[in-house]
Amino acid sequence: MKKVFIIILLALIGYFLVDTVYNIPFGENRIGSIESDHPTVAGYYLSNTVEKSRVANVITAIVVNYRGLDTLGEVTVLFLATTGIASILYRRKEEEEDVERLNLPSSMLIRTGARVLFPIIALLGIYVFIHGHLTPGGGFQGGTIVATGFLLMLISYKGFNTNHNIMAWIESIAGLSFILIGVWGLISDNTFLGNIPEVGKLNSLLSGGLIPIIYIAVGFKVAVELTGILDILLKIKPNK
Amino acid sequence: MMQEEFNEIFVKYHEIITLGVYGTSIALMLIGLYAVLMKKNLVKIVIGLSIIDAGIHLLFVGIGYIRGGTAPIFSPGYENAANRMVDPVPQALVLTAIVIGFAVTSVALSLIIRLYKHHNTAKIDQIKSLKW
Repeated sequence: MKKVFIIILLALIGYFLVDTVYNIPFGENRIGSIESDHPTVAGYYLSNTVEKSRVANVITAIVVNYRGLDTLGEVTVLFLATTGIASILYRRKEEEEDVERLNLPSSMLIRTGARVLFPIIALLGIYVFIHGHLTPGGGFQGGTIVATGFLLMLISYKGFNTNHNIMAWIESIAGLSFILIGVWGLISDNTFLGNIPEVGKLNSLLSGGLIPIIYIAVGFKVAVELTGILDILLKIKPNK
Repeated sequence: MMQEEFNEIFVKYHEIITLGVYGTSIALMLIGLYAVLMKKNLVKIVIGLSIIDAGIHLLFVGIGYIRGGTAPIFSPGYENAANRMVDPVPQALVLTAIVIGFAVTSVALSLIIRLYKHHNTAKIDQIKSLKW
């Protein structure tokens, strides 16, 4: 009975979704002419990014520069999620003694493979967030790649422990540098996260002014936070 | 030549391509909603929420697509290619939405772990203290 109701409800929702979405023609140019005097938002971003931000990747310019405050909020949400998980799954010190992450030791093949792959994965992640303003990718993606490397180590080595002090320091410095860059923009440019795009030329590593620095800070922050979440979730004591 | 061929194919199979992008995203949303409404296991409900997320992201990026457009990244020597790029705004918004979706999923899963430890079950119809 319940199932019938749910399927009727889903059919209704699906009908209205299809009815709405199919009114948007797929693949049509909705940006309009980017040279016009009153361009759309996307047209403004596409036509002004090269001169005003000196960044090759328009999405990076939007995420870090035009909507930089939004990204600061996003990073804060991620930080709050990490803190929330840590406090939800809080354990007292004496309970920590008999925590075992793995029930069975992983095989030698996995351990050797993880040790070989970990530096390569970390290098790829760091490459992705350093080149966030030139190629697809950026701080969030690169940080996630680095965290997958740490996940590989955490699930293959029993004694692999992340140093929480160093992680907390990296996270604090990365978050603080994001805010300090924003405040510096407030002083020099009269806008929060104001940029100095004159440095460097387009499509070189040193271009975009403060955008790559912010994205590197975001990359470190995301990597450390995701590693922390994985570490907490993997350390849960099994029910006896 | 390449561009003309692409346009021809796009016009010819327009219906199928539209169905592929819009239909898939709506189907994903409905599948996720079905899991959220129908399943008893909390982990499956969270998986349903993630599937809804994926459908919405696909719909966003699909709406932002422009026929024949390239990724909004300027390559050396093509600095004036701005009028042949897809809409960058939905892509930036989806980038934000993915990260927020990850945060929501991880917090929900940790709450489920806590509930499971307290009640020894992850099924919502067996957690009696929810009823009042």
